[in-house]
Amino acid sequence: MKELSLNVLDIAMNSVKARAENILIKLVEADGKLTLIIEDDGCGMSEETVKNVMNPFYTTRTTRSVGMGVPLLKLAAEQTGGGITIASVSQEDNPQKHGTTVTAEFYMNHLDFTPVGDMVSTVTTLIQGSPYIEWRFEHIKENGSVELDTRELREILGDVPLDNYEVIKWIEGYLREGYESV
Amino acid sequence: MKSLAELAAIREKMKDKVVLREGSGEIRVVVGMATCGIAAGARPVLNAFVEGVSNAGLAEKVTVSQTGCIGVCQYEPVVEIFEADKEKVTYIKMTPEKAAEVIEKHLKGGKVIQEYTISNAIS
Repeated sequence: MKELSLNVLDIAMNSVKARAENILIKLVEADGKLTLIIEDDGCGMSEETVKNVMNPFYTTRTTRSVGMGVPLLKLAAEQTGGGITIASVSQEDNPQKHGTTVTAEFYMNHLDFTPVGDMVSTVTTLIQGSPYIEWRFEHIKENGSVELDTRELREILGDVPLDNYEVIKWIEGYLREGYESV
Repeated sequence: MKSLAELAAIREKMKDKVVLREGSGEIRVVVGMATCGIAAGARPVLNAFVEGVSNAGLAEKVTVSQTGCIGVCQYEPVVEIFEADKEKVTYIKMTPEKAAEVIEKHLKGGKVIQEYTISNAIS
């Protein structure tokens, strides 16, 4: 992947596929370290599946519901000296509280750090593709943060769907302005 | 500054339109957004369709949506176009520029751009 924002898009798609109703995407930059958290309340995975998604060559296609996305994120993190962890509770194990949290750490000063890139496009693409999910996005930088919560937008928009073109353009503009000020 | 008041204005404007939009989607544009597609550049292609369809005034007729891996990863970014009573058209190795052309010639003009289709690559 050319930029980390594409990995974020890809990993968040797994949350969509896991039928999550709420997805949090959080990036925190502090002291040369970037922490990426993608948290969902989707169907979750068994311990065994979690192990398998880390390694693309360890299992067969038919038993794998997640593809190369996680290994690619793992590679991007590890090549900077960081790494990833996946915590997951499957719906079978806990019907009340289930979901997956992917956490990745990157050392931004490392030569092999992939630039974050266009997070605005990633967020608008996700909302356009899955307007019924509640998305929360936070990018906390040293000098401030960019945030968006679809719940707040929905309160104002009422029946107007989030994938309405003008709404998507507003979200894009809002986030771009946010990034200009941090 | 983008304000929440602008969102409220969009809501006001859409009040009458929302009902109209239901039952639309005579044509469906589906962009493959799995790992293979994303890595090959599907994100800007999708955005070009979302933006282009709206700017061309086709929003009532055309819906743009996302799907997973279509199964021809070597040809990504792949875009499929579904239209009632017509055969599915699969465009391959798409770019935002090609997307603009497809909107103009295919979605607006009704003419398939053979050169960009998968059947052109296979035959």
